[in-house]
Amino acid sequence: MEKVLQRKKVSTLSELPRNLGKTVSIGSLEVALFRLNNGEVRAIENKCPHRGGVLAEGIISGEYVFCPMHDWKISIADGQVQKPDTGCVQTFGVEVENEDVYVLY
Amino acid sequence: MTKQKIVLVGNGMAGIRSLEEIIKLEKNKFELTVFGSEPHPNYDRIQLSKVLQGDTTVEDITLHDWNWYEKNQITLYTGETVIKVDTENQIIYSNKNRAVEYDKLILATGSLPFILPLPGADKKGVTAFRNIEDCQKMIEYSAHYKRAAVIGGGLLGLEAARGLLNLGMKVDVIHIFDYLMERQLDKTAGKLLQKELESQGMNFLMNKQTEAIVGENRVEGIRFKDGELLEADLVVMAVGIKPNVQLACESGIPVKRGITVNDYMETGIQNVFAVGECAEHREVVYGLVSPLYEQGKALAKKICEIPGEGYKGSTLSTKLKVSGVDVFSAGEINENTNTKTIKEFNDYQGTYKKILIEEGQISGAVLFGNTSESSKLLRMINQRSDIDDYLVSKKTEDGGVSLVAGFPDEEIICGCNGVTKADIVEAIQSQGLNTFEEVKGCTSASRSCGGCKPLVTDLLGLTTGTDSSLSSQKEPICECTTLSRDEVVAEIRDKNLSHTREVMNVLDWKTSEGCSKCKPALNYYLGMINPAEYEDERESRYVNERLHANIQKDGTFSVVPRMYGGVTNAKDLRTIADVADKYNVKLIKLTGGQRMDLFGIQKEDLPSVWADLDMPSGYAYGKTLRTVKTCVGENFCRFGTQDSISLGQMLEKKFERVGTPHKVKMGVSACPRNCAESGIKDVGFVGVDGAWEIYVGGNGGTHLKSADLLCKVKTTEEIMEITGAFLQYYRETANYLERTSVWVQRMGLDHIKAVIDDETNKQQLNERLNDALSVLKDPWKEAINSEEIQSSLYKSVKVPVETK
Repeated sequence: MEKVLQRKKVSTLSELPRNLGKTVSIGSLEVALFRLNNGEVRAIENKCPHRGGVLAEGIISGEYVFCPMHDWKISIADGQVQKPDTGCVQTFGVEVENEDVYVLY
Repeated sequence: MTKQKIVLVGNGMAGIRSLEEIIKLEKNKFELTVFGSEPHPNYDRIQLSKVLQGDTTVEDITLHDWNWYEKNQITLYTGETVIKVDTENQIIYSNKNRAVEYDKLILATGSLPFILPLPGADKKGVTAFRNIEDCQKMIEYSAHYKRAAVIGGGLLGLEAARGLLNLGMKVDVIHIFDYLMERQLDKTAGKLLQKELESQGMNFLMNKQTEAIVGENRVEGIRFKDGELLEADLVVMAVGIKPNVQLACESGIPVKRGITVNDYMETGIQNVFAVGECAEHREVVYGLVSPLYEQGKALAKKICEIPGEGYKGSTLSTKLKVSGVDVFSAGEINENTNTKTIKEFNDYQGTYKKILIEEGQISGAVLFGNTSESSKLLRMINQRSDIDDYLVSKKTEDGGVSLVAGFPDEEIICGCNGVTKADIVEAIQSQGLNTFEEVKGCTSASRSCGGCKPLVTDLLGLTTGTDSSLSSQKEPICECTTLSRDEVVAEIRDKNLSHTREVMNVLDWKTSEGCSKCKPALNYYLGMINPAEYEDERESRYVNERLHANIQKDGTFSVVPRMYGGVTNAKDLRTIADVADKYNVKLIKLTGGQRMDLFGIQKEDLPSVWADLDMPSGYAYGKTLRTVKTCVGENFCRFGTQDSISLGQMLEKKFERVGTPHKVKMGVSACPRNCAESGIKDVGFVGVDGAWEIYVGGNGGTHLKSADLLCKVKTTEEIMEITGAFLQYYRETANYLERTSVWVQRMGLDHIKAVIDDETNKQQLNERLNDALSVLKDPWKEAINSEEIQSSLYKSVKVPVETK
């Protein structure tokens, strides 16, 4: 069965500090929203596959976030956990229209 | 060409290890199917006792997660048991009515715990100790009940007992023999072990035979043959294991004690193999993990049709996984008329070593208390080395030559993960590895218990041709650069660099935006070099220092207000109590540094918690001065010779907030009884009549180290000047994240003394420290007063979802 994606406005661009994460709850879903140094906005599940660390609080380097709990390195672009650890987190589509930031889920 | 079908029965360490070997040899030749009765992917059973002991978690002992099966296109059926093999038509049947054809069948059904057929053994509260469920059951019991009895004083029983002790239960161990681990130890070592474990809180009932387990529905106790009774709410049976051969028996596959196999792990039936604890090879059934690796290799070669010598049997070795106890044994344990022994017994330090020699060759060994020779002895026993070789090797070792150099290539370095010397050397050479962490990441060597770290480090040094003790002299600050800390700091000063990104660009970082190691480090160095002008980068701070609170595992935070010298008053306590009520604080805990820690606070609430508290930040999260712990001192204490509280408060008020390479803890005691533990602090003060002793570089954490005496002074002015100079010199020369204990050792105490003793130096260091101190503000106040900080750092977004 195909799932129909929903689209929600979650923020404006100016509310998102660069190179820092923002915790966004949509109902029971928790998303980590990042505004990267290159200006792009990305969204991933706010939960490290290791021990459930909150990724929104991690240190960001380029397209990667380092989990604040045990320093796992996770790609913000495709959700893949980087070596030597393994796993992945869900990624979400993000659309920016004018100043408004939308998350697809 | 259609793929050959391999079916593996048993999703444990032996079976999966064999599949790994097969995949390594022939990636695409086979279609793989695995059946496992337990509902988990393959996990490291030998680490179960660590889970029980609370040292690790179930997730951490998982060896192959679901992804691994998927990636290797293995069909996995967990929670499903194979009940019948039709060896004629080559089909297996499961308890869920599944039928699967095979070309090759591997039986790796492992072993089952041996449950004594005692009356009452089926009562609630009786368990074995064999799998994750048993472990979870025991953990659950410990929450409700107090008294545990473990039947069996062998390896497994003692590991279970230690775990139950950690879970807060009172533990009795019942053993049928007169000393512990009689299969792996001799009497001397067994008795030493008992003494050690008794001191840890275990109680032993030796020479006791259990007759029945008593109780209504639940266990209430144990009755022994001699008529005595023992109360117990939980009974763990750990008397041994037996090969799980039921499936083989019922399917007509030849079985003696285990499923009989030849050197190629072939059973008596064509295309059926057996491996691991269920297999019997040359009349031996192995109940330990290390033979699996060799068996798996022999099996894989056979299945992939690669000629090989096959499996020749293993020498068993044992290590007890109980913290604080080092025991090792291998080969022959007890002397007989044909053996001679070398024995060293040190009653004072509780160490014991026995080496058995048969016809001039080493045939066995027992070590207690000091097991540093275990790898070497095991290898020598395996090779039946000459005892003279051992005696010579002891001499060269004292001369500093690493013993790993003499190991053959196939020697297993990491027993937990079956990594050989050749595997490690190959990985170092082909992938250009330079650090221990890289080797660990690539090969998994040292990833489980970490016991082989010294060997891996030596091997790295030998392979790369660098002396591992020297290579640390120039260590890049992270993988993004080849530059060391000193080089980076010199470049920042020379080129007047002012942002982390500028440093990365100008110094040719390999990554465009650094990593979680270099970003905070560069941020620190830039701030240290130019405190007045550098603007601290929030995004380069670790979350705790960015948000000025301590993150907890559930994503909430803890808050520690400043209490100078560990002194509070009724008004502050009331305020803290009110805040705790208002914000639903989950736990109030006194810290080791004499402060109060409020747990379970939501990120959004942090600014208002601080506003309500109206106290300065206690910096419990910071790489800075954490706390100055003080004793009561001369105003109240009958032994006190100095006013330790006043000095502590003065120090804390003067030096708080300034960034340091790592956290700094201080202690002030008013007499040598040292109630503030000044001897394990970064800077510690001990009052003696008319003077203060200043100690530096102590550590009470991971690397316990007592502090060194820096000097003895008379006045508080001198104390402030010397402490200031010491702190600033540490700030300027230590690596980021290097504690003073390591730094003092690296720089040398005499060198630091000489720098601080020089009057000009001392003054200039203090001036530079004062520059840094002058620009600092309380971060909690800043957050309370800044709308921008609150919205960008502390506010989360909550979007409601409309329900249709």
